[in-house]
Amino acid sequence: MTTADHKPQILAFLAQFFGEHRLAEDEDIFATGFVNSLFVMQLVLFVEGEFGITVEDEDLEIGNFNTVLALDALVTRKRAVGAADRSA
Amino acid sequence: MAIRVQLSPRQAEARAEYESFTREAVVPYADAWDREERIPEAFFKDFAARGYLGAAVPPEYGGGGLDAVTFGLLNEELGRGCSSVRSLVTVHGMASYAVARWGTRGQRESWLPRLATGEAIGAFALTEPGAGSDVKALAATARRTGDGYRLDGEKRWTTFGQRADVYLLFARLDGRETAFLVPRDAPGLTVRPVTGILGTRASMLAELSLDDCRVAEDALLGRPGFGLAAVAATALELGRYSVAWGCVGLAQACLDASLAYAERRETFGVRLRDHQLVQRMIADMATGTAAARLLCQQAGWLRQARSTESLHATWLAKYHASTTAFRSASDAVQVHGAHGCGGEYPVQRYLRDAKVMEIIEGSTELQQATIAESAYHARPQTTVPTGGPTA
Ligand SMILES: Cc1cc2nc3c(=O)[nH]c(=O)nc-3n(C[C@H](O)[C@H](O)[C@H](O)COP(=O)(O)OP(=O)(O)OC[C@H]3O[C@@H](n4cnc5c(N)ncnc54)[C@H](O)[C@@H]3O)c2cc1C
Repeated sequence: MTTADHKPQILAFLAQFFGEHRLAEDEDIFATGFVNSLFVMQLVLFVEGEFGITVEDEDLEIGNFNTVLALDALVTRKRAVGAADRSA
Repeated sequence: MAIRVQLSPRQAEARAEYESFTREAVVPYADAWDREERIPEAFFKDFAARGYLGAAVPPEYGGGGLDAVTFGLLNEELGRGCSSVRSLVTVHGMASYAVARWGTRGQRESWLPRLATGEAIGAFALTEPGAGSDVKALAATARRTGDGYRLDGEKRWTTFGQRADVYLLFARLDGRETAFLVPRDAPGLTVRPVTGILGTRASMLAELSLDDCRVAEDALLGRPGFGLAAVAATALELGRYSVAWGCVGLAQACLDASLAYAERRETFGVRLRDHQLVQRMIADMATGTAAARLLCQQAGWLRQARSTESLHATWLAKYHASTTAFRSASDAVQVHGAHGCGGEYPVQRYLRDAKVMEIIEGSTELQQATIAESAYHARPQTTVPTGGPTA
């Protein structure tokens, strides 16, 4: 379960901000000019709610948020840690 | 009695407690605090002892950990009595909430128990002489030293800056937007009181100067580069939500005052309440206040559900509630005529306070721009012909 592909949900969420633009998985979200000042908070709320993880202060690195691939990796990592914590 | 939908019995009980506290401990003094431009120390103590300062602090750190709607009700009732006291809950809550959300375990353990009891008062220092709505113009700087950071810059309009023990303060570290927790006694920090402000006069505003101000390593909150996008955004979200509810209370106070006055005052042989043009003002106040309350409740439910929609809902609530509060206050003064302009009635204070609400936590114009932009995002992506001119 922790190795699942989260990209379809992430892309579906992001699509609402991008109108006609088709976001590539490795495209820098912040360089597109489509996102406003509320975007990071919306993204944090989305990944937390959708994937049951908690984004913590140490996760606040642009490299965790700037592409679909990076977000997918963040979610996979956080879910693996969460699963390990639960089975410990 | 204001119409309320779907409060749980506990929320209704909490609201009744906040209402009676405001009636007894806030309303009788609010005009004097406004004139004196300060809230007395005894009030801070009483307020803290009741746990109200811990409203935004999680229970595991000694706070009330109120659910979003109950937190809103606290702001509404306080806003009915005194917008400066409500501002205290706002800015102290913003600092507390940011530490709870983005602090390290050490920062949470160090600050939150003190913020919960009011042993430490928190404030929010983002605005600068050259950076208001345009927060990206943030110019204060931070640089790393062997044992912490040195900060330089100027902060303006810091609510309860005169009274705060810790400032959630924003500066650029290596050019990147970064949040810091700056204790009041940090060497190199100067706090100057601001007086003569139009509204929320008792909110003890200050200007801060940071001159090679020394803070320890653990002053950094969150991560460099995320000071605005995550830390300030989290705090401002709570602030906006708190102000929106406060404006519902303020608009309700305008309505209550107008109802009472229009009942008593007679002109041309009838009571004011019998003049249709006065009824128009009262009807608008009543409707606007009820709508603002519903928008706030909607934002509250979505916050509770941690929905991504909560951010947009909070903007709608703040925009509607603050503009309603200002219009209601302007009409309340109108209903009172010359008496509304004097010091005998609180409506002139309501008007001054309401104007501030249209400027802080995102001005009316910024709300309008953001809401309009979101309306485009929310539009269904269909290709139905819309008629009209085409390119
Ligand atoms: C009583 C009070 C308490 C405050 N407390 C705090 C506090 O605790 N902490 C803190 O950090 N700050 C605080 N502030 C500052 C407040 O957040 C700022 O005043 C606010 O962000 C607006 O910035 P500004 O005053 O510099 O106005 P500006 O940004 O200079 O704007 C001036 C006018 O231009 C309009 N405008 C600006 N940009 C646009 C645009 N793009 N499109 C359309 N119109 C635009 C604005 O809406 C406004 O009407 C406080 C202010 C007041 C009055």
